[in-house]
Amino acid sequence: MSNAGLEGSPRTLLDKVWESGLVRAGEGEPDLLYVHLHLVHEVTSPQAFEGLAAAGRSVRRPDLTIATVDHNVPTTDRALPVLDLVASRQMDTLRQNADRFGIRLLDVDDPRQGIVHVIGPELGLTRPGMVIVCGDSHTSTHGAFGALSFGIGTSEVEHVLATQCIPQRPPRSMEIRLEGVRPDSVTAKDLILSIIGRVGVSGAVGHVIEYTGPIIAALSMEERMTVCNMSIEAGARAGLIAPDDTTWEYLRGREMGPRDHELESLIPEWRQLATDEGATFDRSVVLDVSAFEPQVTWGTNPGMVVPISGSVPDFELIEDTDAREGARRALAYMDLEAGTPMEAISIDRVFIGSCTNGRVEDLREAAAILSGRRVHESVHAMVVPGSAAVKRQAEAEGLDQVFREAGFEWREAGCSMCLGMNPDTLDPGQRCASTSNRNFEGRQGKGGRTHLVGPAMAAAAAIAGHLTDPRNLSA
Amino acid sequence: MEPFRTHTGIVAPLDRADIDTDQIIPKQFLKRIERAGYGQFLFNDWRYSENGSPRPDFALNRVEYAGASVLVTRRNFGCGSSREHAAWALLDYGFRAVLAPSFADIFQENADQNGIAAITLGADEIDVILVRAAERAPYELTVNLEARSVADGSDLTAAFEIDDFRRMCLMEGLDRIGLTLRYEDDISAYERAMAKALSPNSHNSDRAAPNQP
Repeated sequence: MSNAGLEGSPRTLLDKVWESGLVRAGEGEPDLLYVHLHLVHEVTSPQAFEGLAAAGRSVRRPDLTIATVDHNVPTTDRALPVLDLVASRQMDTLRQNADRFGIRLLDVDDPRQGIVHVIGPELGLTRPGMVIVCGDSHTSTHGAFGALSFGIGTSEVEHVLATQCIPQRPPRSMEIRLEGVRPDSVTAKDLILSIIGRVGVSGAVGHVIEYTGPIIAALSMEERMTVCNMSIEAGARAGLIAPDDTTWEYLRGREMGPRDHELESLIPEWRQLATDEGATFDRSVVLDVSAFEPQVTWGTNPGMVVPISGSVPDFELIEDTDAREGARRALAYMDLEAGTPMEAISIDRVFIGSCTNGRVEDLREAAAILSGRRVHESVHAMVVPGSAAVKRQAEAEGLDQVFREAGFEWREAGCSMCLGMNPDTLDPGQRCASTSNRNFEGRQGKGGRTHLVGPAMAAAAAIAGHLTDPRNLSA
Repeated sequence: MEPFRTHTGIVAPLDRADIDTDQIIPKQFLKRIERAGYGQFLFNDWRYSENGSPRPDFALNRVEYAGASVLVTRRNFGCGSSREHAAWALLDYGFRAVLAPSFADIFQENADQNGIAAITLGADEIDVILVRAAERAPYELTVNLEARSVADGSDLTAAFEIDDFRRMCLMEGLDRIGLTLRYEDDISAYERAMAKALSPNSHNSDRAAPNQP
């Protein structure tokens, strides 16, 4: 943070949020930041609560902590028992801990249950200027509201439970400015995949990215969340977007959000969070999106990405040794040959969902392609809404009917096949077009092969039976 | 947490960049509620074939790396998921230090929290260590936090930089929560100053007139 501590000098959004969360500036140690919202889920919290109890400590601010079950939950009929007893015990442990430590839990049968990064915003818990943490790397999602939001490990979860604070070194700041004219076919997912393809999966390590420029300002809140969500895939500590009128409008009337009169008094403060004219970033990248195209990954990390009109790259041509070796391994794992057109790659499965693309706008985007069409006979396709509320909204709009009639399975909310901790997994060798965020080896199931895409491309692939440009199938 | 001052051990090479935490410990092992016992699952999908037998070509299955406690690998080690199970698995397997040209931020923090020295060396130095670990196995290195150096006892000595606070916490095996609780007065003062922003509308308080969803 190059502008920190200089009174009166122009400051970035990051500088401002940092200062407003600062409990104590470190001298020879990290700064101490206050955590305004701590999100908890079943997978990364049991050992934290156990440590807390063993040390005889309590949760300092249960009122700023909220828990849900998302990673392990089955997405089939919720009335059925959970057959995975280890997963079931983990969820029960969260129930016991929530009860014992006085934390509100949005359990599997709660109408507000869902993926932690979907429900925080939709309930109005996520607000501009906050410091938000969660034992989950996709906490970066909440940066869409101008909140400094980052994933932490379980020891840090325990730390935050006990102290409501997190020690942090000030990160470096990185601006990614998008300019030009965004083609209609380029979704928020295509924007962030294009960015990661250019910056690389370690390109933003140690940095907080602020996405700026007219293209970003024109995005809806849900699109901004998709962009910020995958900041971690470029290695960034967090992603940020300055809050604006779009942000306040989104927050209006949310169940746990500010009430209307309160919102009016908060908006003038929140407006001040924008990066000042003349503030400097440690790094700046400017990208013209005018030539961007719909994106699809070919390899085993999100930076291994090409336009859908492209081909599987030839790893022999990659100069950097590590990248060349990585690409060689990736192609072997993915069972792909250099030069194969991306559109020639057949798929077995389609997954629409996740904290990246499991919100209602994503489902609308996919349904617009599917309407009046049928899923290819060789493809097994499923939709997993990001939350129970997303599911209800989609059903109210009749989107579930579009998906069902096309041949998609319409499931209950959860993380599902984004990481395959619940029964939703790929079989070895299966190839999936997925709207999730990670195409790592085995991510969706041991031996499974993942191609990351946006919702429109996932829908198009389901119909065609192979990867295809959604522009071929526009509604 | 066990203090880390200096450690000498056999080096196991993993000559790959961008090793993500899904590889270090696959998701099917994250359902347990314990902190111990993850070493058996370390690098599971690379270590074992479909039928559960060890893959002979994977470094950790080779006899010359048996008992290894220093892992050397390439850039951006530990990217992806925030799962601390990755650090628990490395430690439980017996690794006390990981050497790489760079680490993912959350992994580095998780390593610190568990007394694993995640040490950043130059890419050239890593090249040399990877070659020696392969050619001179069993190859031993001493990671010395006090001296901020890695050395093999013959002609290789590499100095590294490490944040003084990180180094102190590793060397003393400090309880980070205890450190923060020293600032109880500052935390309480912050909460008093921010009381209005933190409490009136918080989601766990009773609300007379909730907004409609």
